[in-house]
Amino acid sequence: MSPDVLYTIEVILNGLMAGVMYSLVALGFVLIFKASGIFNYAQGVMALFAAMTLVGIQNGQVPFSHLINAIFGTHIHHFGWQLPAIVAILLTVVVMIIFAILVERLVLKHLVNQEPIILFMATIGLAYFMEGFGDLMWGSEIKTLDVGLPQGASLALEEYTLKWAAEGSEYYGMYLDKLDMVAALVALALVITLSLFSQYTKTGRALRAVADDHQAALSVGISLRKIWVITWCIAGVVAMVAGVMWGSKSGVQFSLSLIALKALPVLILGGFTSIPGAIIGGLIIGVGEKLFEYSIGPLIGGATENWFAYVLALFFLVFRPQGLFGDKIIERV
Amino acid sequence: MFYRQAGDFKTTYRDDIQTFPLKQDRWGYYIVLAIAFLVVPFFINDYWTSAVMLPFLIYAIASLGLNILTGYCGQVSLGTGGFLAVGAYACYKIMTAFPDLNIFIVVLLSGVITAAVGMLFGIPSLRIKGFYLAVATLAAQFFLVWLFNKVPWFYNNSASGQISAPERSMFGFAVTGPNADAPVRYLFCLTFLVLLAWVARNLTRGRLGRSWMAIRDMDIAAEIIGVNPLKSKLSAFAVSSFFIGVAGALFFSVYLGAVEVGEAFGITQSFLVLFMIIIGGLGSIFGSFAGAAFLVLVPVLLKNIMVNWLGWPTDIAVHIEFMVVGGLIVLFLIAEPHGLAQLWRLAKDKFLLWPFPH
Repeated sequence: MSPDVLYTIEVILNGLMAGVMYSLVALGFVLIFKASGIFNYAQGVMALFAAMTLVGIQNGQVPFSHLINAIFGTHIHHFGWQLPAIVAILLTVVVMIIFAILVERLVLKHLVNQEPIILFMATIGLAYFMEGFGDLMWGSEIKTLDVGLPQGASLALEEYTLKWAAEGSEYYGMYLDKLDMVAALVALALVITLSLFSQYTKTGRALRAVADDHQAALSVGISLRKIWVITWCIAGVVAMVAGVMWGSKSGVQFSLSLIALKALPVLILGGFTSIPGAIIGGLIIGVGEKLFEYSIGPLIGGATENWFAYVLALFFLVFRPQGLFGDKIIERV
Repeated sequence: MFYRQAGDFKTTYRDDIQTFPLKQDRWGYYIVLAIAFLVVPFFINDYWTSAVMLPFLIYAIASLGLNILTGYCGQVSLGTGGFLAVGAYACYKIMTAFPDLNIFIVVLLSGVITAAVGMLFGIPSLRIKGFYLAVATLAAQFFLVWLFNKVPWFYNNSASGQISAPERSMFGFAVTGPNADAPVRYLFCLTFLVLLAWVARNLTRGRLGRSWMAIRDMDIAAEIIGVNPLKSKLSAFAVSSFFIGVAGALFFSVYLGAVEVGEAFGITQSFLVLFMIIIGGLGSIFGSFAGAAFLVLVPVLLKNIMVNWLGWPTDIAVHIEFMVVGGLIVLFLIAEPHGLAQLWRLAKDKFLLWPFPH
């Protein structure tokens, strides 16, 4: 094979991997949207917050240490312990569950029956609040997250693919990040677990019932508020997984919360109510933007990844407003 | 006691439909205008101008614009930052291409150019609405910022990629550039705000505004009773973008003087203006003013309390500011979804009956 073809394959593979990462965030959106009709803008900040909490707990940081130091003039920063990754992850899950309960108690309960757009704006407010809260709690500097996931390029693949190129051509093998491959596996495991959970457990069936019809679910005795707490818990855990993956890849920092914006076009392509749609939408966006950047990007100045996804979504919307797998939008007067 | 409709007789239809039907309101409005134009310019200094007055005036224009689109026509837009950038860059290009053109006209022309761009990005609104439209406007935000960053023509090939406003004057006073005095800059922006608020108020209660509100309340029903959705949606986008473009031009030329597009017109600006109209009140002219004032003043106040008074580091102050703004948004949506404007309305209703409410 000629190197050009191989490069293209490499770009597509890398795009698929990036797409998986987008899907991880989009998954959290879909879960909450299906169960409560809320478009949760705070999903990205939840991922950031979870990753920060994980790093903080793992390194034994004192929460709110900056604020305490500023008020009392002390100099505390660390408890002085280092927890194993698995303990830190479990504790983070607990924090995310507490967060879910608080959101339901303090915000959602009071906003029942409001218009979707009001709920959307409320989650934007929530996102701002959490951004400030997370920074105040753990400090705003860039942190490295290390839970023992493999890093760097996969050398085995590089050597293996080296032989594919035609004799004598300049080709150094394919570059694929090991972390991306792990992320793909984790996303796959997550989707399988989620679909098994929603198909075969009692709670899962209740979740699907609520997603189908709120009132019918209420009338057969399903507690909406309990279901909402459970959905937000699951979304919190999904956010943590996304936060761990993105955090290990590019460090835990503010820009992590912006991946929520990247998940929006993914949702538009896939449809807001479809879990497979979120995955496939993510893959299309990932591959699309990498290919566009590789083929057309150099001609028009590069950095097209900033907007390609949105413009693709825009064109897509004009022709198919409900997304690839979304429910058909029916309007009545 | 003194705030009553009683005794204020309306003898013509004109009197009956005026903006401030109460005599006291009318006088209050004239007094506020007089203070803003005749008293404030003599007392403001540089700090007050650049920290409070100019941001307030300019964000009020932008909020008016977004309120027309989101509050009156019901089309949620997250592209405000991008349209502000269009206004700023249009202003810069016109200023440098036609040095002799009056700055007032330059700002208006930037608004017209932004209106055209806004209509272009408003076309998808004919097919989609709600969140979907919000995401579509994100495309405008990111694409426009990228465009102004990557195409050197827009910033006249300057090495830093920044644009900076050359000096332009009106009636012999410098309005833009480093030599502009605080009162002149203030008055220039104030004039635009008053003019545009007047336009917005009269547009929204006329035929066009009613068609926007019909589309907002239920677009299919509006179409059935004969409102043309193409015309009303696109006109809302055009008028809204015109306002935002003027705000962007003033933001760049009068307020900041030099901007870098990614920094000054990022997605945070879009959210900020959206927050202003939520807190102020969707679908209300007064709300746009109240929201802009509130969100300009709160950070200044918080910063003064925490940094200057308590002596905390700036980064903590910024984090707490985020928490306060976010918390306020949620609080307002729960307690008073119609914003400060509704609180004002309720207070006035109470006051009309005071001190004998029964």
